[in-house]
Amino acid sequence: MTETTTQTPGFTPDRASQILQQARAMMEDLHLGPVQRWKAANPGGMAIGYMPIYVPRPLFEAIGCLPVTIFGGGDQIDIIRGDSYFQSYICHIPRSTIELGLNGHLNCLDGMVFPSLCDVIRNLGGMWKMLFPDRWSSYLDLPQNFALHLGGKFYAQELKRIARELHERGAKAYDPEALRQAVRNENRRRLAINVLDELRRNEPWRLPTSDVYVLLRAGGLMPALEHAQMLEEFADAVRARPARPFDNVRVVLVGAFCEQPPLDLIRTLEKSGCDIVDDDLQLGLRYIESAIDADADDPLEALANSFIQYGAATASRYIGTAEKGAALLEKVKLTKADGVVFAAASFCDPALLDQPMLEAALERAGVPFTAFKFSENTGQFQVIREQAGAFSDSVKLWGTVQ
Amino acid sequence: MSTALPVRNRPAVSLRPATAKDSSQERQKQMIADHYEKLAHAKENGQKVVYTFVPGNLTELLQSLDLLPVLPEINALQSGMRQKSAGYIAEAEKAGHSEDVCTYVKCDIGMLKSGNFGPTGTKLPEPDLLLLSYTGCFTFLKWFELLREEYKCPVVMLHVPYQPDGVISPEMREYVVNQLRDEVIPALEKLSGKKLDMDKLKHHLDLSKQAEDDLVKVWESAKHKPSPIDGYFGGVYYIGPIFTAFRGSQEAVEYYRELRSECEARILRNEGPQTPDGVMGEQRYRLVVEGPPNWTSFPDFWRMFAKEGAVVVASTYTRVGGLYDTGFRHDSSQPLETMADYCLGCYTNLGLPTRVDLLERYIREYEADGFLINSVKSCNSFSAGQLLMLRQLEQRTGVPGGFIESDLVDPRYFSKANIENRLQSYFQMIDARRLRVSA
Repeated sequence: MTETTTQTPGFTPDRASQILQQARAMMEDLHLGPVQRWKAANPGGMAIGYMPIYVPRPLFEAIGCLPVTIFGGGDQIDIIRGDSYFQSYICHIPRSTIELGLNGHLNCLDGMVFPSLCDVIRNLGGMWKMLFPDRWSSYLDLPQNFALHLGGKFYAQELKRIARELHERGAKAYDPEALRQAVRNENRRRLAINVLDELRRNEPWRLPTSDVYVLLRAGGLMPALEHAQMLEEFADAVRARPARPFDNVRVVLVGAFCEQPPLDLIRTLEKSGCDIVDDDLQLGLRYIESAIDADADDPLEALANSFIQYGAATASRYIGTAEKGAALLEKVKLTKADGVVFAAASFCDPALLDQPMLEAALERAGVPFTAFKFSENTGQFQVIREQAGAFSDSVKLWGTVQ
Repeated sequence: MSTALPVRNRPAVSLRPATAKDSSQERQKQMIADHYEKLAHAKENGQKVVYTFVPGNLTELLQSLDLLPVLPEINALQSGMRQKSAGYIAEAEKAGHSEDVCTYVKCDIGMLKSGNFGPTGTKLPEPDLLLLSYTGCFTFLKWFELLREEYKCPVVMLHVPYQPDGVISPEMREYVVNQLRDEVIPALEKLSGKKLDMDKLKHHLDLSKQAEDDLVKVWESAKHKPSPIDGYFGGVYYIGPIFTAFRGSQEAVEYYRELRSECEARILRNEGPQTPDGVMGEQRYRLVVEGPPNWTSFPDFWRMFAKEGAVVVASTYTRVGGLYDTGFRHDSSQPLETMADYCLGCYTNLGLPTRVDLLERYIREYEADGFLINSVKSCNSFSAGQLLMLRQLEQRTGVPGGFIESDLVDPRYFSKANIENRLQSYFQMIDARRLRVSA
């Protein structure tokens, strides 16, 4: 595994490690230094934060805004004021997000978007309006009806509203050509992510998920084109890096699409003998599972339709007529995974309500799985290490969980 | 926010023993029994059954197509009141459902796995269709995905956009109307084998309006002192017909007419509401309550208020299935648009700032002495943000707020002593404020 933080004196890290160090520094900068630098370099540009899972990033870039993914404070801040706003049975990410807001960590943001994901993030949007009445914020109602003339039309109207409201506050006016270019950049980023995903599927010992994770977290703080270039350079560099295969089991990690586990938890799974060959961590940048039509006559409609037609199967998205668990089984098949690890944030309604249905689908297909819960500030990994280790050993020995 | 104060010893208010039940209560009991009887024989009578939810229900539409609704939340709360929910929840958790999630869902799944016997003890018919009205609560979506796995029946979804700013935009209304026209109505027509008769639908919508007019008069009667109703504990009975299978029916019109006249008669007699132990006498505290009640210990919970002379003059839980006292009425001249506006306007479909505005209005208009939040573990749609609502309302109104925690139907989260202690401290705080004001 590649360590991204430790350096021996006199040691010159390879290019891949340098990029990882840069990405990790960005990810851990709770004052959003990269965003501040972007704003300094782009006078008049607005930075718009958004909660998981997904917002149509190209639209924001097209009107001169930097979309900034906010994943709360992770395990890096003590929650003092944030806890006083939530009962014990509410998940952790809204607490640390409120903490960041009240502490001024998010002051460089010109607005916040709360996409429809669950009741907690939705209500957090209302709280934000009351706590920060002078700052722009908006709820983004992602459609749950997937007919283009119904949900697609409504969603396109939502996007127009967002663009209009931001323009009224200083963003550029919506320009179809600017959106086409932003979509091209996003498509290039998506392709670069696909390349990394393929690499870790084929050679997980060369490119562990913990590294992919760090690289993608950085992408939530930078424009798509810049991020795509970073990923492309990294992919070239990591291929040249020496790597040694491990005798691990291959697992798909499911459930942490919103509140994120600490990076050390992902590494704990890897150290326990699990090669994570697919995941839904910080799903947003992978949410649209296909290229978006960059040459459409109406690029805004194309952007809206990409959500309708190519949105990932995830717990917060209504299943419609599809078979529950089919998308997960397809992932297992594609990645030649030996099993599935469910890792949901404590009190995460979408993930935890979804899980029994996914488990049933895996049971029917004879795919082994294990499950645990976490909080973004979980500090003890021993139990998870033992559980994941036992799962890995069991799958290796018997091909299933005994 | 309330601070802990020593528990006092103060005599409970006197309650006059109840005489006969109100005749509206008897009427409602019979209506519900008749409905479950119809459900028990639905399959043999060839009637199609649609499972759907209380907020955003489309009862008039179902009635127009002679479809019978089953409301899983009602079954869950009834299971709670009949002390069945603990077993059902255990059954669901044994089957792999997390302890962290909504107990209504787990209670319903457990009931299904235990034979699906409804509140009256008769077996509920399986759904022919799940009508998923996604209004105000994300969990509904997962709930019907889970039921679809169990029943293997079709689902039709109505996605109702959220009102973050308390405004229904033309785009929101159009989206809902188009879904009704293009997907929901065709699916229901297919199920019933009938074409929707718009005149019949309009007739039911007219009946809804009549019942809604009378319900609002019932709510507003609590402005009188003493209040003739309890707008929370009594209120959950008052909403029974209009939130469930009966809105849009002649029975509901008659029920609400009768209920209203009973309230008006109590005002003339200067009489308070019925409580579990009789008619409330002195009303020491007029409260506004936010959040659903606990169902597993419902009578005990009510007694904690009644014996202290606390009457609830307005509540938000009684608006989850329809918010009428801000002016909305079903309007038969625009059948689809009015159904859309109804769905969009349910309480939990409103953004938190709008909810706070509504609570503030209730506190002022009903001249409340305090407002209380019952925060339930199961329902993030209500609970997330309530602590900020509490602060905002105290700042805006100067009226003291209180906060208690319980759950809908999981008895493990109802701590009687703890809640009673907090309530007594809270009432003492209101007393202390009064003393300060009068000094």
